[in-house]
Amino acid sequence: MDLYEYQGRELFDRHGLPVLAGGVATTPEEARAIAERLGGRVVVKAQVKVGGRGKAGGVKLADDAGEAVAHATNILGMDIKGHTVHKVMLTVTADIAEEYYFSYLLDRANRTFLCIASVAGGMEIEQVAEESPDKVAKVAIDASVGVNEAKAREIVAHAAFPADVADQVVDIAVKLWETFVSEDATLVEVNPLAKTDSGQVLCLDAKVTLDANATFRHPEHEELVDQAAVDPLEQRAKEKDLNYVKLDGEVGIIGNGAGLVMSTLDVVAYAGEEYGGVKPANFLDIGGGASAAVMANGLEIVLSDPSVKSVFVNVFGGITACDEVANGIVHALGLLEQRGERVTKPLVVRLDGNNAEAGRAILDGAANALVERVDTMDGAAKRAAELAAAGV
Amino acid sequence: MAIWLTKDSKVIVQGITGSEGSKHTRRMLAAGTHVVGGTNPRKAGQTVDFDGTALPVFATVADAMKETGADVTVIFVPPAFAKAAVIEAIDAEIPLAVVITEGIPVHDTASSWAYNVGKGQKTRIIGPNCPGIASPGAANAGIIPADITGAGRIGLVSKSGTLTYQMMYELSDIGFSTCVGIGGDPVIGTTHIDALAAFQDDPDTDAIVMIGEIGGDAEERAAEFIKANVTKPVVGYIAGFTAPPGKTMGHAGAIISGSSGTAEAKKVALEAAGVKVGKTPSETARLMRELMS
Repeated sequence: MDLYEYQGRELFDRHGLPVLAGGVATTPEEARAIAERLGGRVVVKAQVKVGGRGKAGGVKLADDAGEAVAHATNILGMDIKGHTVHKVMLTVTADIAEEYYFSYLLDRANRTFLCIASVAGGMEIEQVAEESPDKVAKVAIDASVGVNEAKAREIVAHAAFPADVADQVVDIAVKLWETFVSEDATLVEVNPLAKTDSGQVLCLDAKVTLDANATFRHPEHEELVDQAAVDPLEQRAKEKDLNYVKLDGEVGIIGNGAGLVMSTLDVVAYAGEEYGGVKPANFLDIGGGASAAVMANGLEIVLSDPSVKSVFVNVFGGITACDEVANGIVHALGLLEQRGERVTKPLVVRLDGNNAEAGRAILDGAANALVERVDTMDGAAKRAAELAAAGV
Repeated sequence: MAIWLTKDSKVIVQGITGSEGSKHTRRMLAAGTHVVGGTNPRKAGQTVDFDGTALPVFATVADAMKETGADVTVIFVPPAFAKAAVIEAIDAEIPLAVVITEGIPVHDTASSWAYNVGKGQKTRIIGPNCPGIASPGAANAGIIPADITGAGRIGLVSKSGTLTYQMMYELSDIGFSTCVGIGGDPVIGTTHIDALAAFQDDPDTDAIVMIGEIGGDAEERAAEFIKANVTKPVVGYIAGFTAPPGKTMGHAGAIISGSSGTAEAKKVALEAAGVKVGKTPSETARLMRELMS
């Protein structure tokens, strides 16, 4: 889960990192209250999870509360690269003398964590790495040791931070590592980490990604989810413990296993090219078990998506044999009727694997006019795309 | 013969008394696996009956190894306790630990990996978030439905469970030496490269199927490795060409970050290394079938 800047700033603040005083507003009135509380000049920043907001006019300086309200009024509701601005963050301003870069992130390839630090901050670190690679220090962190003061000094020396800020950066490096670990983050990025005219080092931005697998030990992270930005279908699926991602096509997809479902999306998209470019409407992995109840929940979510014109149920019977899966599908359709859901969209079902023949016989026996059986994944994808194109 | 798991392997199950652990212990036994016991510190000294096979429960992996000579452990404990279970296996220096558990925080996986490195990597870790490893006809450590395929001379390494099963099933008449599900998490103990190297050295493997998916650059690195080190033919498949960037697709590791981790980049890298990449799972199976005929 990626956090908004204001959430990252609050997280940093709680962990004792130096940030600018500020607050977050969803209305111009709230912005006025914050600006008056902060006093003097403030900066008003659009809260969106996309880069380039400054260029888009989403970051403005205000000399007083009145001007802050005017900027907030303009920025709230603004569209930045397809993201609507619902919140603005206001902070006091800082006179910046130098801009640095500092981050901790997961290094998948080396199965450890990495610190990236640079005295050339304020712009994209990829750009710095390209233009002046010698200015980007990458230091591997031993996950079983972490970042103590000695390690922080090593990072500071490696990145050649100026002597006058070294102690402050060491302190920040240790606290930021503590934040990274204790919050189960996979990324904490400060860009810029700035030295002010008075020589103080501050975190002027906060980019944080949290590990969704760690939610069980961070119940408070649930509160960081921006409910307004969550797709309503994704929200309903989550409440039912379903692994669902909304996409923008017309063929609803249900399958078992993340890899098989990803593969199903691809095969449907290829097939759709022949039918006016119909595409998968969602990713939905109902897991290895594929029980009737889970199948019913999955079908209910997928069928309630108005853009879905046909559904492709793609199940490979491994641990759960195909006859059980077929019974699950038949029961699921019955359950939906009992719940008062009228199923009107065609379903293409492909069953393969353990007891495939028995499973197919069960589907045939149920003789549901909406259910069509196709026995190969490629053939079934083609049929589902064809039906979706016909139903569009 | 096979890689890492053979008919002589002695398997224990950490979490043998739990619902998943006991269900799959039964299936592993049915597949002919030499399961010799399990662990649960609260039930040490008891025995558990699996359709007539009574298996002893030990307090620790070390105890189980001492008493049974176990050399493989399969870990089914819940995410919150998985790190401790893996550390326990590493401390006992068991040669192979297969971590089935899904949903382990990546900080836990990274720190147990660092711990394993610190201890000299005496334990091979497969997973987490994986279906395990099966050497058809010999042994099955994990949740792979071993009965859908036969023994043969194809080696398979995959990030995905169900795609592995599908490939095993489509090529069941040709058969497999070993099928390794390495898991869909961002940090895993055994990589595509580790499996490719082992298959290359395995006299009973003639060709290799490699299944990858979006996220990270493991497939690109595997392609480099194949180019330099693998002389046996390799057929590949990558899932996730149509996945949108920034969205996690089921597996915690399956996410395109910015422009990195795309299926296209992986396919291009593999093809540059001489790997035939199928457009669909079935086409991939066909490519392998042509190779083996």
